[in-house]
Amino acid sequence: MQSNLPLFPEQASTVAGQVDALYLFLILLTTFFSLLIAVLIIYFAIKYRRSTGRKAEQIHGSTLLEIVWTVIPLGISMVIFVWGAALYFHIQRPPGDALEIYGVAKQWMWKFQYPEGQREINSLHVPLGRPVKVTLISEDVIHSFFVPAFRIKQDVLPNRYRMAWFTATTPGTYHLFCSQYCGTNHSEMVGEVTVMKPEDFTAWLESGKAEGSLASMGEKLFQQFGCTTCHRPDSGARGPNLEGVYGRPVRLQDNRVVIADDNYIRNHVLNPGTEVVSGFQPIMPTFRGVITEQGMQQIIAYIKSLSEQTGQPLNNRTDPTKIRDNEVPNVQQQMQQDNQNQKPSGKQP
Amino acid sequence: MSTVAQTPERVMPDRHYLNDNYGIRSWLLTKDHKRIAILYLISISVVFFIAGIFASLIRLHLLTPNGALFTPDTYNKMFTMHGVMMVFFFLVPSVPAVLGNFVIPLMVGAKDLAFPKINLMSWYIYIVGVTFAMAAIVSGGVDTGWTFYTPLSSGFLHTNVIVMVVGVIFAGFSSIFTGLNFIVTVHRMRAPGLTWGRLPLMVWSNYATSLIMILATPVLAITLILLGLERGFHIGIFDPKLGGDPVLFQHMFWFYSHPAVYIMILPGMGVISEIIPCFSRKRIFGYSFVAFSSIAIAVFGFVVWAHHMFVAGISVYSAMVFSLLSYAVAIPSAVKVFNWTATMYKGSISMDTPMLYAMGFIGLFTIGGLTGLFLAALGLDVHIHDTYFVIAHFHFIMVGGMVMAYLGGIHFWWPKMTGRLYPEAVAKLAALITFIGFNLTFFPQFVLGYLGQPRRYAIYAPEFQVLNVLSTAGASVLAVGFILPALYLTWSLKYGEVAGDNPWRATGLEWQTTSPPPTHNFHETPVVTTEAYHYGSESEEEVRVVP
Amino acid sequence: MAQQKEASTFGMWVFLVTEIMMFGGVFVAYMIYRLKYYEGFVAGSTSIDVTWGFINTLVLICSSLTMALAVSAAQRGVVRLQKIFIIFTMALGLVFLVIKGIEYHQKWVEHHVPGGTWQTFDPQDIHQDLIKEGKTPQAATEIAHQTEIFFCFYFAMTGLHALHMIIGLILMTWLLLRVSRREFGPDYYTPVELGGLYWHFVDIVWIYLFPLLYLINRTHGKI
Repeated sequence: MQSNLPLFPEQASTVAGQVDALYLFLILLTTFFSLLIAVLIIYFAIKYRRSTGRKAEQIHGSTLLEIVWTVIPLGISMVIFVWGAALYFHIQRPPGDALEIYGVAKQWMWKFQYPEGQREINSLHVPLGRPVKVTLISEDVIHSFFVPAFRIKQDVLPNRYRMAWFTATTPGTYHLFCSQYCGTNHSEMVGEVTVMKPEDFTAWLESGKAEGSLASMGEKLFQQFGCTTCHRPDSGARGPNLEGVYGRPVRLQDNRVVIADDNYIRNHVLNPGTEVVSGFQPIMPTFRGVITEQGMQQIIAYIKSLSEQTGQPLNNRTDPTKIRDNEVPNVQQQMQQDNQNQKPSGKQP
Repeated sequence: MSTVAQTPERVMPDRHYLNDNYGIRSWLLTKDHKRIAILYLISISVVFFIAGIFASLIRLHLLTPNGALFTPDTYNKMFTMHGVMMVFFFLVPSVPAVLGNFVIPLMVGAKDLAFPKINLMSWYIYIVGVTFAMAAIVSGGVDTGWTFYTPLSSGFLHTNVIVMVVGVIFAGFSSIFTGLNFIVTVHRMRAPGLTWGRLPLMVWSNYATSLIMILATPVLAITLILLGLERGFHIGIFDPKLGGDPVLFQHMFWFYSHPAVYIMILPGMGVISEIIPCFSRKRIFGYSFVAFSSIAIAVFGFVVWAHHMFVAGISVYSAMVFSLLSYAVAIPSAVKVFNWTATMYKGSISMDTPMLYAMGFIGLFTIGGLTGLFLAALGLDVHIHDTYFVIAHFHFIMVGGMVMAYLGGIHFWWPKMTGRLYPEAVAKLAALITFIGFNLTFFPQFVLGYLGQPRRYAIYAPEFQVLNVLSTAGASVLAVGFILPALYLTWSLKYGEVAGDNPWRATGLEWQTTSPPPTHNFHETPVVTTEAYHYGSESEEEVRVVP
Repeated sequence: MAQQKEASTFGMWVFLVTEIMMFGGVFVAYMIYRLKYYEGFVAGSTSIDVTWGFINTLVLICSSLTMALAVSAAQRGVVRLQKIFIIFTMALGLVFLVIKGIEYHQKWVEHHVPGGTWQTFDPQDIHQDLIKEGKTPQAATEIAHQTEIFFCFYFAMTGLHALHMIIGLILMTWLLLRVSRREFGPDYYTPVELGGLYWHFVDIVWIYLFPLLYLINRTHGKI
C-alpha cells in the first residue's frame, strides 16, 4: 500500500481522530517519563560512579517526595481515565438513526445482510458520512469485529447480539480483521469494508437486489414458522401483538420491565419460558435449532418494521431502570382496546 | 571496575551443601531448600529453552506475510505452547522457586523453609506438570491459545487440551505450595531481632507474591477443572447451547490470570531492590514505601481482572470501574521505579553485571508499565486490544522486566549458590546483547499493533512485513543474549574464579555465611540488630556469624 | 517444637484458605446460574433425594465429632481411643461415599446425568412433575431443559467434594498407621490435629453444599 513506513492506520471514521489524539498524548507521556528515568539512571551511574575517596551518601527517604510522586502520577492517571472513559462511552452508544446492518460470524467468514436484502460475505459496503450500526452474533465460537481504520472493535458472542457502530469519513477500502482467536483459519477470517459516497452507495444497493428486503424475508419466516397463530392483533390471541413492540419497554410476569430489543427477541424465540410477558401464558414453544442466526436477524428486521409502520418513534433508551411505570404499555389492554375501536392495526397476517 | 573484596585468599569451604552428600538419591530426596532451588533451576532452564525454541519458530514463520513455514494449525500450536510453557512453567516459578527458595531462608536467618518436605513435593508436582505438558506437546500439541477461551477450547478443537490443562493445574499446585511455605516461613521463622521492618525487600516481594499465589491459583484450578469437565463430559457450564455463558469463563480465568501477572513481576522487583542498593553502596530510598507498595500491588491486583475484557461484552459501567482500578494498581509500581532511581542518587555506583540487568529492568519495565496505561484507557483499548500492542506490552514487562530481573538475580547470587564467579566481560556483553535484541524484537510490535495487526495471526497483511522482519531480526539477537549465560555460567562451575563469602560486600544474612553455604545454612543462628541495607555505616560488619 | 507446631498449624490454615478459594470459584459460578435459571434450579433441586442428602449431612457431622474426639484422644495419648475414633471417622466417611454412590446411581437411572458423553439426559419425570404443578407444557419443557445445567453443577460440586473425601480417607489411613505405631501423645499430636482441620473443612463444605443443592425452595414458599 504505502511505500513509506506508516505508524498509524488511516483515519477513516469520526472516532479515529479522537482515538489517535489520546494515543498521541499517551505516547508523549510515555516518552517523557521513560526518557526521564533512563536519563536519570544513566546520568547517576556516570556521575556517581565508584571512585576512591567518595562514599555513598546514606539517604533514608523523603516522605514529601513519596507523596509528590504518588499524587502526580495519580492525577495524570485520572485525566487519562476520564478521557478514555468518555471516548469509550461514545464508542459504545450507537446513535438512534444509524443504518442497521446485520452480521453473522462463523468459522471462518463474515456474513452480512442489509435492510434492503443484499447479502455479502467477507465484504461490507457502507455509505460515507452516515452512522452505520452493525449488529453481530456468532454461530460458533467467540470472534471479534475489528476495523483498524475506524478504530472500532467488538467481540462477537454466540449467545447474544453485540453492536459496533461507526460513521465513515473517507471513501476507500479498509481491512476487516477477526481479532479474537477462533481456530485454524483465524488469520484468514479477514474482509474488506468499502466506504462509498452516498450516491454510489445507493447505486450499489439497487444493483444487487436479492429476494426482497430483510423485513419481507423475515415476514415469510414469521408465517412459515407459524408465529402468526398466536401473535395476532385481536384480543383473543394467545400471544402479544408485536406491532409497536420493538424498542419499547415490556413488563414481564415477575414485574420486571425490559426493553424489547434485538437480544430480547432472540432470547424469546430460543428460550421462551424465561421472560414471559405479563398477562400471557408460558405456552410459546422454543425454536432452538430450527432458526438460523441469519433467519433470526430477518425476523427481527420484520418485527422492527412493524414498529416503524405505526409511526411511533423507537425508544432509544437501553436502560430499563430509567423507565417510569406509566410508560410501560399494558399489552393486553391495548389489544382489547384495538379490537373495540376496530382500529386498523397495520399488517394483517 | 570489579567490586570483589580484596581478601588475602578466597577459598571454597571444605564442606558445603553441594558436596555434603553425593549421589542421585541425595538430590532427588533432598530436603535442603538450596538443593531444591538448584533442581528448579535446571528444570525451568530446560523449559525456557523449549519455549524459546517455539518463540524462534514463531518469529521465523512471521518473516513472510503468507506464512511459508508452517500450516496455520501448526502455527496456532506454536504460540499456544510458547505461551503456556513460559507463563505457567517458567515465569511463575522462576524467581520464587529458584532464587526465593535459595535465598529466603538465608535472608531470614533460618536453617530451611518452614516445610522442607513440602518444598520437595512442590518440585515433584512441578515435574509432573511439566510431564503432562510435554505429553500434550508431543502428542500433537495444543492450539487453544494460553488463555483457553471457551467455547473454542471446550467444544471446537480436537487437540490434547485436557492433558495440557492437567499439567497447568499441577504447575499451579506447585506454586501454591511454594507460596504457602514462604508465608509460614516469613511469619514464623525469622531470626531473633529480625522484625518485619528489617526484612530485605526480596522477602517482602516474595511474601506479597505468595499471598497472590495462594489466593488466586485455586481459582485457576477450578476454572480449568470445569473446562476439563466441559471438554471431557460435554456438560454445559460455558456452552451457550445449554444456556451457559462463555464470558463467565473469561471472568473466572482472568480472576487468576491477572493477579498471576503480578506473581510474574513482584519477585523480579524484589531482586532489583537487592541489587540496586548493593551496587550503589547505599540503603534503599523509601524502604517502607517500597515494602508496602508490594502489598498494595498484590491487593489491587485482585480487582482489575476485567480490564482484559473491555470489548468482551461487559457493561459500560463495570468497564469504567475496572479501568479506574487499573490506574490505581499502576501507581505502586511507579513509586518503586522512582525509589530505585532515587537510591542511585549520590550513591557509589559500580556497573557490574547484576547492576546492568537491574538498570535494564528499570528502563524496560517503565516502558512496559506505561504502555499498560494505554491499554487501561477504555476508548483506546477498543482499538489496541487483541493486537500486537498487547503482545509488546506484556513482553516488555515479562521479558524486559522479569526475565532481566531473573538473570540479574542469577548473576548476583551465583557466587553464593556455586562459590564461583562468572567471567565478567562476557557477562556484561551478554547483558548488552540481550538489551539490544529485546528492544529490536518488541519495539516494532507496538507500531504493528497500532497499525492493526491482530494477535495470533499466522498470515498477516503484506504492509506489515517490514516491521515483522525487524522484529525477527531482533529475536535472533535476543536468542544469542539468552544462550550466552547458559554457556558461561555452566563454564564457571568448573573454571570460574572462587568467589569467597561475600564478593559484592553486600549486606543481608545470606552473605554472612560461606559461598556455597553449609547444608544447615548457618553454624549458629544469627541475631539481627540493624535494618536491611545498612550500607555505608560502621555496622556494615556488625552482623557476623561466629564460625 | 512449639514453633514447629505453630508453623504447621498456620500452614494448614493457609492451605485451607486455598481450598476455600477453589470451592469459592465454583460456588460463584453456581450462584450466577442459579439467579439466571431459578426455576430450572428449583426443579432440579426438587428432583434430588433430600432424605439421602440429610442423612449424609448427619453422617458428616457425626464424623466431625468422632474426629474431634480422636484429636482429643491424641492430645491425651490414649492410643486405643485414637484408633477407635479414627476408624469411626473413616467408617462414617465411607458411609457418606456409599450414599453418594446410591444417589449418583439414582440420577443415572432417572436419566438426569447431563452432558454429551453418554447423551442420556432426559428429564421426563421432571417435565411431568412440572405439569402436575400447573405449568404449561411449553414452560415445563423449558424448565426441564434448564435443569441440565443444574445437574452439571450438582455433579461437579459433589464430585469435587467426594474427591476431597477420598483424599481425606487416605489421610486417615495414614494417620491410623502412625497411631498404631504410637507416635502421638501430649507433646506431639500435630498430624492428628491437622488431619482434623482438613476433615472439618471438608465437612463444612458439605454443610454449604447441602442447602445450596438440595434445599432450593423445597417448600415452595409454603413455610
